[in-house]
Amino acid sequence: VGSSSFGDPVPPAPTHPASRESLKMEPLADVALLPGEERVIDKDLIYMCPFHGALKGKVFITNYRLYFRSTDMSTVTLDVPLGVIGRIEKMGGASSRGENSYGLDITCKDMRNLRFALKQEGHSRRDIFGELFKYAFPLSHGMPLFAFLSQEKFEENGWSVYNSIDEYRRQNLPSEQWRISFINESYELCDTYPVHLVVPYKATDEDLRRVATFRSRGRIPVLSWIHRENQAVITRCSQPLVGMSGKRNKDDERYLDIIREANGTPRLTIYDARPNVNAVANKATGGGYEGDDAYQNADLVFLDIHNIHVMRESLKKLKDIVYPNVEEAHWLSSLESTHWLEHIKLVLSGAIQIADKVSSGSSVVVHCSDGWDRTAQLTSLAMLMLDSYYRTLRGFQVLLEKEWIGFGHKFTSRIGHGDKNHADQDRSPIFLQFVDCVWQMTKQFPTAFEFNERCLVTILDHLYSCRFGTFLYNCESVRDSNKVRSKTVSLWSLINSDKAAYVNPFYTSDCSRVLYPVASMRHLELWVNYYIRWNPRIRHQQSPVEQRYKELLALRDQYLKKLEELQLSDSTPSSARLTNSSTPNAPLPNQHLTHLQTPF
Amino acid sequence: MLSLGSGGAKSTKPSFVSYVTPEEIKSEKEPQKKERHPNLLPGEVVFCSTNPILKYTQDDISQRGIFGTLLCTNFRVSFISDETPQEEPTQHFKNKLYGENDIPLMCVDCLYGVYDEKKKLITGGMLKNKYPSKMIIHCKDLRVFQFCLTFTKEEEAKKIFQGIVHHCLEPKSLKCVFAFSYANTKGPEMQRTQRTLMFDSQEDWSQEMKRTKGNCRIVTENQNFELSERLPKYFIIPAAVSDDDLSKFPGKGLPIWCWSHHSGCALFKASSLPVTQEDGVAQAWMERMLHAVAQTHLYSVKIEDLLETLPNIQDIQQSYTKFKQFFLIDNSTDFWMSDVKWFSSLENTGWLDIIRQCLQKAVEVVECLEKENTNVLITEEEGSDLCCVISSLVQIMMDPHCRTLTGFQNLVQKEWVAGCHAFLDRCNHLHQKDKECQSPVFLLFLECVWQLVQQHSPAFQFSETYLTVLSDSIHVPAFGTFLFNSAFQRESCLKHSQRGPLSWPAVWDWSMQFDCKAQELFINPLYAEKLKQEKVLRKVPRIKHQRQLSLPSSAFKTPPKKGFFKDEAESLKKMLRVKRFSRWMVPPDSPAVATRQFYEAWQQKPLDYHGLLLPCLDGPAMRLWMQRYLRWTPEAQILGGGSVAITSKLAELLGEVRALQRELAQKGWWDSMGEGHHRPQTMSLALVRTSLRLSSYFPFAASRNWSFKPVIPTGLLQSLMVTDKLASQEDETNEVISLV
Repeated sequence: VGSSSFGDPVPPAPTHPASRESLKMEPLADVALLPGEERVIDKDLIYMCPFHGALKGKVFITNYRLYFRSTDMSTVTLDVPLGVIGRIEKMGGASSRGENSYGLDITCKDMRNLRFALKQEGHSRRDIFGELFKYAFPLSHGMPLFAFLSQEKFEENGWSVYNSIDEYRRQNLPSEQWRISFINESYELCDTYPVHLVVPYKATDEDLRRVATFRSRGRIPVLSWIHRENQAVITRCSQPLVGMSGKRNKDDERYLDIIREANGTPRLTIYDARPNVNAVANKATGGGYEGDDAYQNADLVFLDIHNIHVMRESLKKLKDIVYPNVEEAHWLSSLESTHWLEHIKLVLSGAIQIADKVSSGSSVVVHCSDGWDRTAQLTSLAMLMLDSYYRTLRGFQVLLEKEWIGFGHKFTSRIGHGDKNHADQDRSPIFLQFVDCVWQMTKQFPTAFEFNERCLVTILDHLYSCRFGTFLYNCESVRDSNKVRSKTVSLWSLINSDKAAYVNPFYTSDCSRVLYPVASMRHLELWVNYYIRWNPRIRHQQSPVEQRYKELLALRDQYLKKLEELQLSDSTPSSARLTNSSTPNAPLPNQHLTHLQTPF
Repeated sequence: MLSLGSGGAKSTKPSFVSYVTPEEIKSEKEPQKKERHPNLLPGEVVFCSTNPILKYTQDDISQRGIFGTLLCTNFRVSFISDETPQEEPTQHFKNKLYGENDIPLMCVDCLYGVYDEKKKLITGGMLKNKYPSKMIIHCKDLRVFQFCLTFTKEEEAKKIFQGIVHHCLEPKSLKCVFAFSYANTKGPEMQRTQRTLMFDSQEDWSQEMKRTKGNCRIVTENQNFELSERLPKYFIIPAAVSDDDLSKFPGKGLPIWCWSHHSGCALFKASSLPVTQEDGVAQAWMERMLHAVAQTHLYSVKIEDLLETLPNIQDIQQSYTKFKQFFLIDNSTDFWMSDVKWFSSLENTGWLDIIRQCLQKAVEVVECLEKENTNVLITEEEGSDLCCVISSLVQIMMDPHCRTLTGFQNLVQKEWVAGCHAFLDRCNHLHQKDKECQSPVFLLFLECVWQLVQQHSPAFQFSETYLTVLSDSIHVPAFGTFLFNSAFQRESCLKHSQRGPLSWPAVWDWSMQFDCKAQELFINPLYAEKLKQEKVLRKVPRIKHQRQLSLPSSAFKTPPKKGFFKDEAESLKKMLRVKRFSRWMVPPDSPAVATRQFYEAWQQKPLDYHGLLLPCLDGPAMRLWMQRYLRWTPEAQILGGGSVAITSKLAELLGEVRALQRELAQKGWWDSMGEGHHRPQTMSLALVRTSLRLSSYFPFAASRNWSFKPVIPTGLLQSLMVTDKLASQEDETNEVISLV
């Protein structure tokens, strides 16, 4: 299930009984096929494992995964959803010299590469290369993604997790100052926005249409979150279309001022996620930023976060130093030279500034260029800091559905689901970077989040796997036309059907205050359990604290039960107690108790 | 750049920026003319005191200072606030000897004076007559104090400044150390009541040898230091060393027993004997020593000269001097400036790499003992610096007893205190001008232990807090433990004191510094204790065999390497003749490869916290000891977060479980429960529960001035001047926004 494999720190979630295909191929070892999963091809080959050397074995390809089982080392298996594959290349030719020089080279999106060697005689890789290429990149071959073929059934229906109206109601919206607008019901105002938008009560639908002409791709400022007490809001949008000539738009100016007025904020703060120079440069292509003259009651702050291309290159550098081998001699300076954690620091510190501004009572507007990458990172992180609901397992799902999926983060373009074009410049690990920021927060506040690290890793695994419909497509309008909700399963179905596996035992629910992480390099660290999880040398174990805590929880429950029994038996004749404590069938053997108790 | 160091004179820009103008403060509170005294310790004498002095609060956000009295005693520099102390919710973890505004004289690391907005390093002897407007004190426990001297009379200011400079920087004699005034006041029987073995008696050594099933012999000839002043009163050598050879080269080159492996092989350390090619006598003697070591088990020995591969004490000192600067932060601007190149700055100091090298070397020795069952002799010039680091680390990795609190204290006492590590010189307790001998070797050892604790927490009975407090205690001049260069020096100070025989409390008497509740924080609540085995261990050491067989030696079988021999007396002799000090004779680079394989083989076994313990030495695994280094830095504190958030949850649950146990016991259901309570309760609930908002640096951070505002980084872009084309590219390359 998922992308579990050897060395995977997160054991695979239990699968639901799958109907095994009664194909006349060798049974697929210890892995149950998913309902809807079909065998495609088997092949004997050699896995060039970077940690254990060349390993003979058999690879099984289905329409969902690549599975490898070694005959040399039984502990080594690979279970890779085909969606994870970013690039497949042929390695060596029929006449290549050298052992194991002929085969396939596979680049994965989840920080690893796979290399298989085959026999050089008889074009032995031709068929497997062809099939793998076809099924790894189905959209490039006119085939559906696996999510549309899956027949999986879960107890919980993940599609019911998020309903925008319910979420706005939770925030006490609509209110006197804010209304829910249905203007985008058929995606006419903005085809990358969701259907329901929360806008100032004082702004008419006609106002919205006029503002949309001045905002890139019609992504007008709309409400993301409102502070329960001080009514300050986080609004999000795209850049204004100022252009070289420094155009102004009275409607847009008035609209922002209405947002400011809604809770009597004296100064509205506009957070432009970009570095100042980039915002200026955007004027050349018609974009830009809110000038001082035009928006007199607003302060503009640049948050200096770089663009998707910089982030992509940064992650590439990170992969170079952690896979297959961890750069050892100069680990810290190598890590620094990737800038990955510095980008994390900038994103977090931007979100901290936004959260701080809002909790002090001022409304804010957040945008970058189009308002679907950096903007989503900033608003969702600020909301995570401000609102403890989003720190619950369900609340986090709502946050992702709302700020990322609903507001049109371009998952298809950024991840490249089912697409063979690995060099596409639109690909970028923006969502991964956001999840990393969340992980950094969970690390700094280990009791404040209901979901655990495994939940985050699972989300990232299925960001690529194409097993669920959750992260497919660029925006709601396209999702609607492809009937994602009716034809695919939601990732939240998987997670919510097995909640216990994704819950942080240390979670303390009364943590309703604002959480400000420390955005200093002193505290930011590389997420080893994600980025270096394929390396068996890095020990992945359940944290001993967590283990001990769970033991204690179990012990407490046992004691409570025992106490209850004793209180019941107190009312019965006294002989009951004696038998109770001496019977060998007592629920708690003494030895077990001492074992657990002594460490303290 | 950090505005540290004394280069300020050249720069034209002020290197010190005051956040408080004197006017601001005056309007806030008029200086008062009243002096207070701290509760002086027995034997403590006030040298000078001055009022009013303004102490800047560390917390930049509140931007204010406190007026009070600054005084200097023979024990400390102390600041006493004029304000009546408010109730202090976080003062449970209070040190009884010195408070948060006290700096033991030994703990002062550097003094800086701010003259005309320029920060200058004060060295003894200079600037005597000119006193600065502000005085900045950097402490060895990484606290930073800033005092403003301009509110008091000129003479007074001069007096206190000179007093502090004199007592903190000028060379002094050992007899002037506070411990000598403090010592008399304690009864001589004090130490014997503790469980920690002092290794100053024959019994302690024989008990230790029995515990590890060693087969060497105890030397009693040095009782009165006739053999050597650099050796312990009692020590253990290979049984095969003859009495003649024992006294041949006084104290030099003798293989001193450290620890015996259950297989019978043992670890020895030795100072090096300068042997020249011509000196046949010494050569022959060295050869006999090696044979004696080899005879301990299976006639095998490996010799490792630590200085060949490890940094020397000057390297260690240099590296640490660079390293600590990054934590002695004067203000917020410095903090964020140094955040920009944080990782490479840390790396450039080389400190983490030195820690890694020591751990690596220890693993190599462990491999030898565990896998090859070969005797190991580690040598070094003095035999009491890196030898102590490596031998102690080896024992911690191999012997679970050394991971208990008492076992660890025994180890420090055995290898370091009785083992004659030159604490006095290495810590430069006497402010000697010649700093060549100064080096934080013991701290380096604690750092290595911290890495192990960090990686394998349940294997250790003591906590990170314990290690931090222990590292602080090196600089508290009330104890005799870390005060001397050798057992000899200590004894002669004892005997030849003018005031009759002295006795110093040991650091191990923790009740001198902390009350019981605070001491509970020394215990690791995660420690996975193996009760039954431990009980047996005390009586019959045989159980050790079973324990360490958790690693069948067959798992490690590799072809024998060159440079080590078994049952081959002849080839050993031949080899020794050819190469007198044979080291690991394998090609360069490959010790790392070998230990890597050793580590991987170990890692594949299920982890036994009571068996062999190896550290992961990969880059990401080597970490910064945050509690020790960042605990006083307000910018780095996570309010309501950090690992203490989990610890307090654990403590809470533990409390519930205990209450239930009691209730069940009262009901007579469970009568055996008393047995489990033979040791102190591990976690003080009251301590952890006092405040909902503990800081990540609990228990060290004082949390009175918590601000609810977040710390917002400054100087962000400086780090990320991405210059390549990508940075200026548009997110969406394929579309151009149409101009309407």
